[in-house]
Amino acid sequence: MSFLIDSSIVITSQILFFGFGWLFFMRQLFKDYEVRQYAVQVIFSVTFAFSCTMFELIIFEILGVLNSSSRYFHWKMNLCVILLILIFMVPFYIGYFVVSNIRLLHKQRLPISCLLWLTFMYFFWKLGDPFPILSPKHGILSIEQLISRVGVIGVTLMALLSGFGAVNCPYTYMSYFLRNVTDTDILALERRLLQTMDVIISKKKRMAMARRTMFQRGEVHNKPSGFWGILKSVTTSAPGSEMPDLTLIQQEVDALEELSRQLFLETADLYATKERIEYSKTFKGKYFNFLGYFFSIYCVWKIFMATINIVFDRVGKTDPVTRGIEITVNYLGIQFDVKFWSQHISFILVGIIIVTSIRGLLITLTKFFYAISSSKSSNVIVLLLAQIMGMYFVSSVLLIRMSMPLEYRTIITEVLGELQFNFYHRWFDVIFLVSALSSILFLYLAHKQAPEKHMAP
Amino acid sequence: MASLDRVKVLVLGDSGVGKSSLVHLLCQNQVLGNPSWTVGCSVDVRVHDYKEGTPEEKTYYIELWDVGGSVGSASSVKSTRAVFYNSVNGIILVHDLTNKKSSQNLYRWSMEALNRDLVLTRVLVTNGDYDREQFADNQMPLLVIGTKLDQIHETKRHEVLTRTAFLAEDFNAEEINLDCTNPRYLAAGSSNAVKISRFFDKLFEYLFTPVILQKSLTWKESA
Repeated sequence: MSFLIDSSIVITSQILFFGFGWLFFMRQLFKDYEVRQYAVQVIFSVTFAFSCTMFELIIFEILGVLNSSSRYFHWKMNLCVILLILIFMVPFYIGYFVVSNIRLLHKQRLPISCLLWLTFMYFFWKLGDPFPILSPKHGILSIEQLISRVGVIGVTLMALLSGFGAVNCPYTYMSYFLRNVTDTDILALERRLLQTMDVIISKKKRMAMARRTMFQRGEVHNKPSGFWGILKSVTTSAPGSEMPDLTLIQQEVDALEELSRQLFLETADLYATKERIEYSKTFKGKYFNFLGYFFSIYCVWKIFMATINIVFDRVGKTDPVTRGIEITVNYLGIQFDVKFWSQHISFILVGIIIVTSIRGLLITLTKFFYAISSSKSSNVIVLLLAQIMGMYFVSSVLLIRMSMPLEYRTIITEVLGELQFNFYHRWFDVIFLVSALSSILFLYLAHKQAPEKHMAP
Repeated sequence: MASLDRVKVLVLGDSGVGKSSLVHLLCQNQVLGNPSWTVGCSVDVRVHDYKEGTPEEKTYYIELWDVGGSVGSASSVKSTRAVFYNSVNGIILVHDLTNKKSSQNLYRWSMEALNRDLVLTRVLVTNGDYDREQFADNQMPLLVIGTKLDQIHETKRHEVLTRTAFLAEDFNAEEINLDCTNPRYLAAGSSNAVKISRFFDKLFEYLFTPVILQKSLTWKESA
């Protein structure tokens, strides 16, 4: 009986998460596009719903809500469904939509997408070979095989995002790094842009007039294609030989158009920097600036800790909550009910981690989506984002295990099977370090290069 | 070749609707082979015979400025785009017949471009609300073009064309629906070609209106 009640609670929350994912999709991601394939929206919302349910189950575990056996059952079921979606459905649909975009292969969509999916499965399987992630006693088709591979991909993603975010966050918050941009700089750049456009226009006018006179004289203008075409056009060109001139002018125009694009992007960059300068003078801006200093210290500390972990091959045994409580009890002499407080504090800590990681991921995904999607590829990109989101959340569960006290870890260990959890933490540290250091290098280069471009007379 | 300072027409619309293909078709009478994203603004020139067939026929260059981007861009991109909206003589609004949102966004596009011209300072005034009366008074020639007509199924055509007729009426503009990959739609002598010719002719009539009269019109609208 209690099982039914528990199940209904979990299923209701799943429906709620599904609705939230649906709304997010419609309002944020697909603001400027029209949803024509509802399958994409459904898949995205379902992935989101099941990922959030996993986090919900962790919270239930800590708080001791619901029957422990029904929790275990829902864990297993949730995990199976998520793996099914991430490994079978989403990759297949990605292949299907990619093939649908290519007009030539329209007839044989289905077989080709099956082929693509099999290729994906092959590489996915091969992924597990170089990593020591399994103990040999697992069979071929067990859940552990799939989870371990999903975990590797997800942890890599998490570490990359985390490393870049840790470095980028203080860089964007702190106004110390803001370049000084004045209105005259912007005006000068705009003038250059408009001048370039004028030159392009005058050249195009010449070309248009040349084409028109040629057309009126009755010559058929064929674009020289290939080597023989060019040879032919040079040898048989009519009196006035305006053809070679046209190709020369066209090349000049191409170069000028590239220049105009560069100038446009630089101007947009300057406007953005100017806005940031304005923003940093406001109260909120100052607050973020202060936060930026705080985060930079945090970032340095994390890089330091990651290096220590790798160099000394240290594996954290206790979670921050228990360690914090130990410190307060032993060194500060404050006595309090360990069990009670550890439960509540770990709930709050884990809750904060979960909420910030979901929110951070959704914001990053939205930004990424706006930057690279177009009306043709929006479906494929959303599915890719759903795949990334699913893998990210599954590995979050893997890693969150470390932040929880021992008694709550058991359920995750039971459900996910005997994975080499320590390997994942080590792998996270390595990728985090690599990502953070390369972000620092990248941002340094970008920062150095920019002022030189604009200060040129 | 009559010399005139410049005749500038903006081509606005969401990304992916086919502005670059359209401009290529209008200026070079050829289908664009490999359309790619427009970053910033790309310009092309069309040679137009004003008052064709009459004794007063003159040949002019018309510049078509194809501005890329989306209405929801960051404000820094919008400010950069605004530099292209100076001294515009006409606007071609392009939308995708298969995507309703692109048609709805045309209101925002026209607001972005026209507000820039009506207010004579560098400050961008966006009240965000679409005001029909502004368009009724508006003297600047507008043309609404719907693309990807070939992708609309026969049965849905009537419904789509009714919707676009309302859209064009809102803008007090002519409308054309075509497929940019098929030059047949703009073949000489077809009704579409006539409409385009008429639109370009209107540009010159708007230009030849005494400047004082123009200025008083625009001041009235921005007041």
